[in-house]
Amino acid sequence: MGNGFVVPAIVAVTLVTVGIGFYGLRLARTTSDFLVASRAISPTWNAAAIGGEYLSAASFLGVAGLILKYGVDVLWYPVGFAAGYLALLLFVAAPLRRSGAFTLPDFCEVRLGSRRLRKLATVFVIFIGWLYLVPQLQGAGLTLATVAGSPYPVGALLVAVVVTANVALGGMRAITFVQAFQYWLKLTALAVPAIFLALQWQADARPAVAPPDGPAFRTATTVVVEHRATLTLPDGDIREVRPGDRLDFAAGDPVPEVSGTATRATDWLLPDTAGNDDRGLFATYSLILATFLGTMGLPHVLVRFYTNPDGAAARRTTLVVLALVGAFYLLPTIYGVLGRIYTPQLLVTGQTDAVVVLLPGAALGDGLTGRLLAALVAAGAFAAFLSTSSGLLTSVAGVISTDVLGRGSVRGFRLATVLAGGVPAVLALNVSGLDVSQVVGLAFAVAASSFCPLLVLGIWWRGLTDLGAAAGVLVGGGAAIAAVLLTVLGPPLSGWPATLTTQPAAWTVPLAFTVMVAVSMATRRRLPADVGATMLRLHAPETLRL
Amino acid sequence: MTGPAKRDGPGRPAAAVPVPAPRAAEPIRRTRIVLAEVSRRDDRSARTRAELAEQTRVGEALVRGLVRAQLALALRLSLVVLIGLGGLPWLFAIAPAVGRVTVLGVNLPWLLLGVASFPFLITVGWAYVRLAERNEQDFTDLVQRPER
Repeated sequence: MGNGFVVPAIVAVTLVTVGIGFYGLRLARTTSDFLVASRAISPTWNAAAIGGEYLSAASFLGVAGLILKYGVDVLWYPVGFAAGYLALLLFVAAPLRRSGAFTLPDFCEVRLGSRRLRKLATVFVIFIGWLYLVPQLQGAGLTLATVAGSPYPVGALLVAVVVTANVALGGMRAITFVQAFQYWLKLTALAVPAIFLALQWQADARPAVAPPDGPAFRTATTVVVEHRATLTLPDGDIREVRPGDRLDFAAGDPVPEVSGTATRATDWLLPDTAGNDDRGLFATYSLILATFLGTMGLPHVLVRFYTNPDGAAARRTTLVVLALVGAFYLLPTIYGVLGRIYTPQLLVTGQTDAVVVLLPGAALGDGLTGRLLAALVAAGAFAAFLSTSSGLLTSVAGVISTDVLGRGSVRGFRLATVLAGGVPAVLALNVSGLDVSQVVGLAFAVAASSFCPLLVLGIWWRGLTDLGAAAGVLVGGGAAIAAVLLTVLGPPLSGWPATLTTQPAAWTVPLAFTVMVAVSMATRRRLPADVGATMLRLHAPETLRL
Repeated sequence: MTGPAKRDGPGRPAAAVPVPAPRAAEPIRRTRIVLAEVSRRDDRSARTRAELAEQTRVGEALVRGLVRAQLALALRLSLVVLIGLGGLPWLFAIAPAVGRVTVLGVNLPWLLLGVASFPFLITVGWAYVRLAERNEQDFTDLVQRPER
């Protein structure tokens, strides 16, 4: 693409990120500044920062791509990503802040007083953090390759280096400013082009989003296939395509049916129905469970709650985050839907994750407006990679510096940051076949099957013991991790085994809860002696000053 | 220091006014009674706090009550979301006709999931924050004024 605005826009976002980082660096003086921003951040800033941190490549690019590909059934992704904050608000926010725990391993020690459980939680935090970091870096590589034609490793390494340096030098105080700025940038970068796109759609006499004959090419298009697929052409011919194949379509040609996507209008437009197959319904509920309950177990989300002054502020912050995130998730749907009209070739190439970046140019043409908006969207996408990676890196580095290196110093934190950033960078360079949204969904499933039961039972049930918690995390989280590894590395599966491993939450979450409760009841003698005092601390309002 | 001394001079005639002025001790005594009341209530509040902190049976019952109230509230609101949102895939599955209903040219599932679900979640969250803070206020009142 010959858009001369894209690269300057990406460079500007990167420079502003680094610039705000250095502005923050001048304020960051002590270890406390580095780790928890000295707890002097207002709820609005904090909420925008949480939102900025949370809206990742999966939200900014992946959701629209999924909607383009699969239609109404994947609207559960944005709904679940937002609803995760409601679950967090209802069950975790205020008590977690009152516990005084900074990370999940801290919480294990505060609540159950077990060093070994702490170590186990550390392993899970690092695993989930890296599982979530790899697709961010990959998304950066793919986006830069799509919009600027650079080789894939450039984007991935660029984000890895900028983020590692920024976190290592500025710590979390800087990150709060950076993240808050990036929330608003991401919202603007989707909202402004969306308005222009909607106007363009009006001006084009409102072409049908889901015409009965399926989507059609508006202009003559040459498609270069990037993923192996089976196409069913309109005349009924079936054709296998491989990466690199070129296909020519004239204006008005219908888009061939692509295997594994909802190309037909009714599949795309209408939800799964019962009767023919229950796997769709199971997968939907599994996704709902993973996203609703997984958010509270993501390491970079929890760290933020410690920066609230008290429990009530943590609750109000979470509510603001829910509103900010909900407002954002109204937008990707527009891109996914209009993508059916203006960029149907992505269904054939398989690069549906690129719809957000390509749509402004495709719909508005090569004029100044189209190019400026395309650059804005690319900048927003980069903000998404930078902010989520920063948050993840801060929390993984925090855990590594306190629990693995065993040092609380600023130097230790910097060393940990380099470690925490290096590993996923190497992974991202070597594993390029992963699908952004799928991996992020799996990270949610692992979090929902390990930390969600630990937090919910730890906060609300006196009967939890250290052995019960460890057993639940190992069995539930372990099962989810096994499903992840099988999906990512294992042979392709079909039927129920495929559904059970690609969307594992519906069986791993109940499994984790059951094991945790059963083992805790069997080991009742190990109940911590101070459980009453801990419950008081978690739930009593700070105004009592107990 | 000479300044004030000089000013004393002109003021002296006023000092000749009858002496009872310092005797205005009664209002002060009344103030003391008020203070005594406050401190007695503080004692009681402190006793409740001590009971909470030391986990006596009373203190533990108080905390259990608070935890139970907050958990019941969270579970009730989760049930609202469970029915309001969690019922939708099931509804669409057993009644495909619902998916075909269009409002303003848009199919109902798209409107419900893509638009309406977010304000719904925010409303539930807002209700939770209000009600949870009220529970905490009730607890605080109970601790600080146990006679009520």
